[in-house]
Amino acid sequence: MSAEVLPYTVKPHPVTGVYSGKLGTWLFLASEVMLFGALFSAYVLLRVGAPAEGPAAWPAAGTTGLSWKIGAFNTLVLIISSVTMVMAWVSLKSNDLGKGKMYLAATVALALLFIVIKLLFEYIPKFQHGLVPAKSNFYALYFTMTGLHALHILGGVVVIGYFIGPGSGLWSKDPEYYTNRIECTGLYWHFVDLVWIFLFPILYLM
Amino acid sequence: MGDAHADAGKHTGLYMGVFAALFVGTVVTVAVSRVHFSHAGNIVVALLIAGAKASLVAAIFMHLKWEKTPYIWWPLAICAVFFVVLVALPVLSTSDHPPGVTTHSWDVLPAAAAEEHGGGH
Repeated sequence: MSAEVLPYTVKPHPVTGVYSGKLGTWLFLASEVMLFGALFSAYVLLRVGAPAEGPAAWPAAGTTGLSWKIGAFNTLVLIISSVTMVMAWVSLKSNDLGKGKMYLAATVALALLFIVIKLLFEYIPKFQHGLVPAKSNFYALYFTMTGLHALHILGGVVVIGYFIGPGSGLWSKDPEYYTNRIECTGLYWHFVDLVWIFLFPILYLM
Repeated sequence: MGDAHADAGKHTGLYMGVFAALFVGTVVTVAVSRVHFSHAGNIVVALLIAGAKASLVAAIFMHLKWEKTPYIWWPLAICAVFFVVLVALPVLSTSDHPPGVTTHSWDVLPAAAAEEHGGGH
C-alpha cells in the first residue's frame, strides 16, 4: 500500500476555505459541546428539581465542601496553559521550533499540575471523607463533570507530548503542516480551558 | 484565519491582554459570588462573566475572530442553539408543576421511602 499524501493539510480547501484538519477539529469540538452540554443540562435539571429543604436539598454556596481557592488556582493554571499553547503556535509561525517546543512543554507541565492538584487536594481527600459520587446529586455531578474534564486534560497531554517528541519529526519535512497540527491541538486545548471556565463557578461558587 | 496566520507575531500583545482579562474575570467571578443579589441573580451574573471569558477564549485564542468560512460558523451556531435548548428545557420543566408544588417529586421521596421502610418491618 503506497503512502498517500492527505490533501489540503496546509493550503485551504477551495470549497471550505480552511485546511481540512482545522475543519475536522472544529466539527469534533462541536460534538464535544453536545457531550458537555448534556452534562450541563443534567446539572440544571437536578439543581432546579432539588427540594428546598431536607437531605436531598442542593447544598448552599460555601457548604459543598469544595475549596474555591483550589478551584480558582486551577482556573489560573489552565488560563496560563492556554497562553503557553497559543505562544507555541506563534513561535512555530516564526520558524522557531525550539521555542515552540518549550511552550508546548510548559503547557504539558501546567496540565499535569492541574491534575496533581485535583488528585491530591480534591479527589483523594473527598473520597477519604466519604464525599463520593453516591453521597448526593451534587457530588455525582461534580465527579462526573470534573472527571470527564480531567480525562480531556490527560488526552491533551498525550497529544501535546506526541508533538514534542516523535511527532516533531514532521517539522523537518513540512514545517507548515506541523504548525497547523499544533494549531488544531491548540483549538482542542482552548476548548478544555473554556469548559473549565464554566465548571468553576457552577461547582465551586454557586 | 489568513490574517492571523500572516500576523501571528503581532498578536502576542493581544494574547497577553486576553490573559489579563481572563485573570481579572476570574477575580471578579469570585468577588461577585460574595455579593448577595438574589439566588437567581448570583447565578445569572456568574454565568454572564463566564460567558464573557469563554467568548474571549473562543474569539482570540481559538482565532474565531478571524474565521470567515461558514463551514465552521454554521455547525457552531447549530450547536449553540442545541446547547441553549438543552440547558433551558430543564428550567422550563419546573413551570409545569401543579400549584403549590415548587419542585420535583423528589421532596416527597424521603417521606415516602421512610413510610415504605417502616411498613416493611
